[in-house]
Amino acid sequence: MNRLENLYRQIIMDHYKNPRNKGLTDDTRYKQEHIKNPSCGDDVTIQSFVEDGVVKDIRHDGSGCSICCSSASVLSVLLKDRPVKEALAFSENYTKMIANQPYDETLEFEDALAYQGVRKFPARTKCATIAWKAFESTVKVEDNDE
Amino acid sequence: MESLSLKKDFPVFDQNDIAYLDTAATSLTPRSVIGKLTDYYNNYSANVHRGVYRLSHEATELYNATREATARFINAEFEEIVFTRGASSALNLVAFGYGLSNLNPGDEIIISELEHHSNFLPWQQVAKKTGAKVVYVPLSEEGRIEVEAFASVLNENTKIVALTHVSNVMGYITPIKAITELAHSQNAVVCVDAAQSAPHLQIDVKEIDCDFLAFSSHKMLGPKGLGVLYGKKKRLENMEPVEYGGDMVETASKDGSTWQAPPLKFETGTPPIASVVAFFEALRYLQNIGFVALKEHEQRLKKYVLDAFSNIESVKVYNPTSETGMVTFNIEGVHPHDVVTVLDEDNIALRAGHHCAQPLMQWLGVVATLRASFYVYNTLEDCDRLIESVKKAVTFFKEAGL
Repeated sequence: MNRLENLYRQIIMDHYKNPRNKGLTDDTRYKQEHIKNPSCGDDVTIQSFVEDGVVKDIRHDGSGCSICCSSASVLSVLLKDRPVKEALAFSENYTKMIANQPYDETLEFEDALAYQGVRKFPARTKCATIAWKAFESTVKVEDNDE
Repeated sequence: MESLSLKKDFPVFDQNDIAYLDTAATSLTPRSVIGKLTDYYNNYSANVHRGVYRLSHEATELYNATREATARFINAEFEEIVFTRGASSALNLVAFGYGLSNLNPGDEIIISELEHHSNFLPWQQVAKKTGAKVVYVPLSEEGRIEVEAFASVLNENTKIVALTHVSNVMGYITPIKAITELAHSQNAVVCVDAAQSAPHLQIDVKEIDCDFLAFSSHKMLGPKGLGVLYGKKKRLENMEPVEYGGDMVETASKDGSTWQAPPLKFETGTPPIASVVAFFEALRYLQNIGFVALKEHEQRLKKYVLDAFSNIESVKVYNPTSETGMVTFNIEGVHPHDVVTVLDEDNIALRAGHHCAQPLMQWLGVVATLRASFYVYNTLEDCDRLIESVKKAVTFFKEAGL
């Protein structure tokens, strides 16, 4: 597999073309975070609904490149129904994986593992992490409320 | 222009086999300019305007020689050239030095959706502070600023007209001379953003008759972090400094202080002396090539790319009629950031994004675009590399299902 094919894995393109959990809700129980990357225009909004310390639902919307948009879809599937603590551990280790740092490889990253290819493209790491950053803010706000 | 012989003047190519097509963001630096930067540090390194010793005097002479050369470059006078940190900083100086103290509620500032953020945000801020209103020239169908459209928004409330000379996304040339004449008929002051024109066109400020004109050294082979503000003598005399301190002051006392005459009034602190000194060499290098030859060269490269792009079905070009060497495009259905990664794999440096012109992206109805811009060091071979790589990207993303 060449570098480009390794970056644009089928899983990623599938989430880009057929995003899961896309579209925002008006439900006020959801915490929302909107992040924009001013240099490229990637624009992501993540909403998450946390109940009893568990991420019950994640919604997303926005516009941007395939890496950015697909990663919002991927995380919404991966982190749903997980305790906040566990979801944050995934997020933290995902960010490390993208930054090419040592991370907990025992975590079952499922589709998110496809983003390993981004490590070879330092100029694209922001694209791959912006949705995750937004997600972290939505659940960390919840933490503060407790 | 024998392009290949110019490429060897740019040491960045010694280390990098790249097709550099991002001059509209910043140009590469010729060896001779780099030589002047180190020459200053090796042989002078003293401050300007201060010491009465030999080294400081010589450094001041070199510094002034560039001011003189810059003045000649745009047909201005020595004391009409202010050195700044860049075109952005120069435009901010006009907005906050001139605009802030001359605008009143109800006054109007005419800009356009073509403006770079640097000629948009300062005016938006000054309008907020003064109660003046920002008015936009309606763009033509192609996205151009035209004289008739400008006349339709000009009125007796117009106090400032701040427009781009060449759009940094579309590459269109604004009919700035005719616009200035009209603006002056309503006693409005005209400020021209020449960041994208000074590197490519012969500018004559006396002919344009504008009141202010700003450009950057780094887009025209000079050092980064240096810009130029041209202001008509009487405008600069009546303009307030926005930075106060050493060198800009004439007499400082507890009872009050007075300022130096322009341009020093606007150059407080130790300036980027090496950059100013080396900018002289950038101007000389450009003038040796000549703007007629440069334009011919850029047009040839642009036409070559446009011809090839017109045969690639999914490539959409936004500025096919542009007069300058800039091609702004997208591959339909693919985000420019995805495309640029494919190009980067082939060592092609090209801008993807909104080009600090978000209002224009909104006008075009796109989130971002790709932009290839050509300059002295580019060759037809660079164009071939771009074309092949774009074709590759089209195929790649089609196979990926986009």
